[in-house]
Amino acid sequence: MRYAIPLLILGVLLAFFAVGLQRDPRVLPSPLIGKAVPAFELPVLALPKAESPPLSMGNAAFAGKPYLVNFFASWCAGCQVEHPYLMQLAKQGGVTIVGVDYKDADADVRQWLAARGNPYAPILVDLDGRAGIDFGVYGVPETFVVSADGRILHKHVGALTPEAFARDVKPLLGAGS
Amino acid sequence: MIPELGHFALILALGIAFLQTVAPLVGYRRRDAKLLAFAGSAAQAQFFCIAFAYACLTISFVNTDFSVAYVAQNAHTDLPNVYRFSAVWGAHEGSLLLWMLMLSGWTFAVSVFNRRIPAELSALVIAVLGVISVGLLLFMLLTSNPFDRLFPVPLQGRDLNPLLQDFGLTIHPPMLYMGYVGFSVAFAFAVAALITGKLDAAWARWTRPWTTTAWMFLTLGITLGSWWAYNELGWGGWWFWDPVENASFMPWLTGTALIHSLAVTEKRGLLKSWTVLLAILTFSLSLLGTFLVRSGVIVSVHSFASDPARGLFILIFMAVITGAALTLYAFRAPKLASVGELHLFSREGLLLLNNVFLVVACAAILIGTLYPLVIDALNLGKISVGPPYFNAIFLPLMVPLFVLVGFGAVVPWKKGKAGETWQRLKLPALFAVAFAIVVPLALHGRATLLAVTGGLLGAWTIVAASQDVWRRIRAKPSFIAGLASVPRATWGMTLAHAGLGVWALGVAFVISYGYEKDVRLAPNATTEIGDFTFGFVGAQEAKGPNFIAQQGEVTIERGDHSVTTLYPQKRFYPSQRNVMTESAVDATLMRDLYVSLGEGFDDGSWSLRIYVKPMIRLIWLGGVLMFLGGCLAASDKRYRLARAADRKLALDGGTQAA
Repeated sequence: MRYAIPLLILGVLLAFFAVGLQRDPRVLPSPLIGKAVPAFELPVLALPKAESPPLSMGNAAFAGKPYLVNFFASWCAGCQVEHPYLMQLAKQGGVTIVGVDYKDADADVRQWLAARGNPYAPILVDLDGRAGIDFGVYGVPETFVVSADGRILHKHVGALTPEAFARDVKPLLGAGS
Repeated sequence: MIPELGHFALILALGIAFLQTVAPLVGYRRRDAKLLAFAGSAAQAQFFCIAFAYACLTISFVNTDFSVAYVAQNAHTDLPNVYRFSAVWGAHEGSLLLWMLMLSGWTFAVSVFNRRIPAELSALVIAVLGVISVGLLLFMLLTSNPFDRLFPVPLQGRDLNPLLQDFGLTIHPPMLYMGYVGFSVAFAFAVAALITGKLDAAWARWTRPWTTTAWMFLTLGITLGSWWAYNELGWGGWWFWDPVENASFMPWLTGTALIHSLAVTEKRGLLKSWTVLLAILTFSLSLLGTFLVRSGVIVSVHSFASDPARGLFILIFMAVITGAALTLYAFRAPKLASVGELHLFSREGLLLLNNVFLVVACAAILIGTLYPLVIDALNLGKISVGPPYFNAIFLPLMVPLFVLVGFGAVVPWKKGKAGETWQRLKLPALFAVAFAIVVPLALHGRATLLAVTGGLLGAWTIVAASQDVWRRIRAKPSFIAGLASVPRATWGMTLAHAGLGVWALGVAFVISYGYEKDVRLAPNATTEIGDFTFGFVGAQEAKGPNFIAQQGEVTIERGDHSVTTLYPQKRFYPSQRNVMTESAVDATLMRDLYVSLGEGFDDGSWSLRIYVKPMIRLIWLGGVLMFLGGCLAASDKRYRLARAADRKLALDGGTQAA
C-alpha cells in the first residue's frame, strides 16, 4: 500500500492546482482597503481651455462626496482601452473621476486628451510616481473608489470595464456618507 | 507560405508521435520485432518534422514576417540579428516549440545510441517519450500555435522583451530545457522498467549516462540563469528563491539524488523502487516547472506568459503523465524488491542518507513554493513566502550533506571501517579547519560564523573529494601512469564534488563580506565602500541599435591607484516604451565591483546602486565545474564498452528477473 502514497500526494496537489487556476493571479487585495486615502497634494495639469484652476489640490478638495481616483498615463495601452468607458461615465455624471497622470510628460498627456476627450474632473500630475507609491500602484491603469468620508473602498487593477463598474464600484458609491 | 509549412510539419509530427507510441506498445504485447523496430524510425521522422518547423519559425523571425502573430509580438525591424534567433524562444509559443525540439532531439538520440540495448526496452522507452510528445504537440496546436497568422498585418512588431536581449538569456533557456526535457529519458526508462518488470544492474547502467547528461545541462542552465539575473535584473543578487527559480531547482535536487541512487542500484542492486520513484518525480517536477511558469498559478518576475486556459491543459497533461506513471508504480513497484542488505556505514548507506537530505530539501522548497497557492485556494488570503524561510530551511539541510560528500568518496561499498576512514580523512579534516580559520582572517581581517562554516565545508568537500584521485595515482608507480589510470567517471565525480565546495566558498564569502550601498551622487562626487573609492563623473546620452541610453561614468580607485572605469546604462527601448537597467561589472575571481544606475535628478545627480561582492564568481565557477564533472562522468568509456556485454546478459537473464 505504501507504494500508492506518491499517487495520493499527487492527487491532493492536483486538486489544489485546479482550484488555483480558477483564481486570477492579478487580483491583489490592497492593504489600504477600509483605510483612509493616503494624503496627497499634487499639481493640477493646466489645460488650454480651463479658466485658471488652482495650482495644486489635495485630499481636502474632494471630501464630502464619493469619488474615483484613476491612475493613468498617455504611454499606457490599458488606459486607451478603458478611456471610452471613462468618457461615457463622465457624460452620465454622478461620480467625480480624479485623474492622476502617472510618470508622464505634460505635453504628451495634453495631446492624448485632445485626441480622445477628457473624462477627468481635475487631472493631477504625479510626475515622479510618489503618489503612486503611497497608493500602492503596481501599474497603470488602476482605479480606487474613495468614500465621502475619505476611505478607500475598492481598488480595481487594469482597464475599468462596464461589468466591473456595475459589479464592484457602483454599489459602493452610495456608501460612507 | 513558410509559416504554413511549419504548421503542417507540426501536424505531421503529431501523427508520427501517435504512431511512435502505439506501434511499440502493440509490438511489445504481440512480441512483434518489426513493430518494435518501427519506434526508432518514427522517433527520427518526428525529430526531422519538428526541426523543420523550428527552422520555419526561425526564418520568419529573421525575415521579421509580421503576418505571423508570434513574430509580430516578439520582434521589431530594429532588433539585432542575434536576438532574432533567440527571440524564437522569447515567449510562450516559441519556447514550447523549443521544448518540443529538445524532446524530439533526446528521443532521436535514444533511437541512435540505444541500438546496443534490448530492442524491447529501447522501443518502450521511445513509446513513453512518444506519449509526452503527443501531449505537448496537442497543447501547442490547440492552445499556442506559434504559426498563427495575424490580419491585418502590422507594419511594425512589438519587439522582444528587453529583459531578454542579453547574451545570458540567449543560452539560458535552451540549457535549462535540455535539462528539464532530458529527464524525460530517465522517466521513460523508469516507466519502461515498470512495464517490463525488469530492473537490474544493466538497466541502471543504461539509464545513468542519460540522467547525468540531463543533470549537467540543468546545472549549467541554472548557473547561467543565476548569472543572467545578476547581470540583467540590476538587483545584484544571484539567487532570489523566486517560484520559477525554485521550479528549476527542485528537479535539480531530485535529479542529483537520482544520479546517486542509480549508482547504488547499479553497483549493489539496492534501492530499486526508490530509484524508479525518483526518476518519475524528477521529470514530474520538470513538468511542474513548465506548469508554474506558463499557467499564472504563481506570479513571478519570470512569468512572461500566463493564461489559465493553457494552465488547465498543462495541468491535465501533468495529471495524465505523472498520474499514469505513479499508478503503474503503485502496482508494479512491490515486485522490484531489492536483494541484499544495507549497512548505514557504507557507501550505499551514505548515498541513501544523501538522498534523504536532497529529497527533504526539495520537499521543503516545494512546500514553500506552493504554500501561497494552498492558502489562496483555501480562501485564507494571499501571501508570499520569501527568502528568510528558504534560507532558514535550506542552509541547515545542506550542512550535513556537505559533510557526507567528503565521506562518500572514501567509505567503500558494502561495509566501511571507522578506523580506516579516520586514517584517510584526518588530513583533509585538519586542512579544512585550518583553511576555515586562516583564510577569512587573512583576506578580510574578521571571521564570521557563516564564513568559517562555509570555508570549513567548502575546503572539506574539495580536499576530501580529491582523495579518490590522489589514492589512485599513489597506487601506480609513476605520476603519469597514475593520472592515466583514473577513470573519467572518477574525474567527473571529483570535479563535481569540488565544484560543490567551490560554490559553498563563494556563497559563504559573498554573504559574509559583501557590501551594498545605495547613494545619490552629484557629478564628480565620490563615495567610499570597503577599501574602494567610487567616483561619479557624470551621465551622458548614448545610442544603441534599438535603444537610447543614459550612460553613467564611474571611476573606481583603491588607495592611490585607479582600478577601472565602469559605464552602467539606463536604457530606454522606444518600441516597447520600456526602461531597462544595464549594470556594469568589473569582475575578478576574488571580487566583483558592480554599479547600476537608478534614477537621474534635475541637477545632474543620479542615484547609484553599488556593490562589492567578494568571490561571487566562485558561485558560478562551482556550477561550471559541476557541469564539466557531469560531462566527464557521462562520457566514461565504461558505458560504451559494457553495452555489448550487458545486452547478452539481458537477453540471457531477462526472463528470470521477470
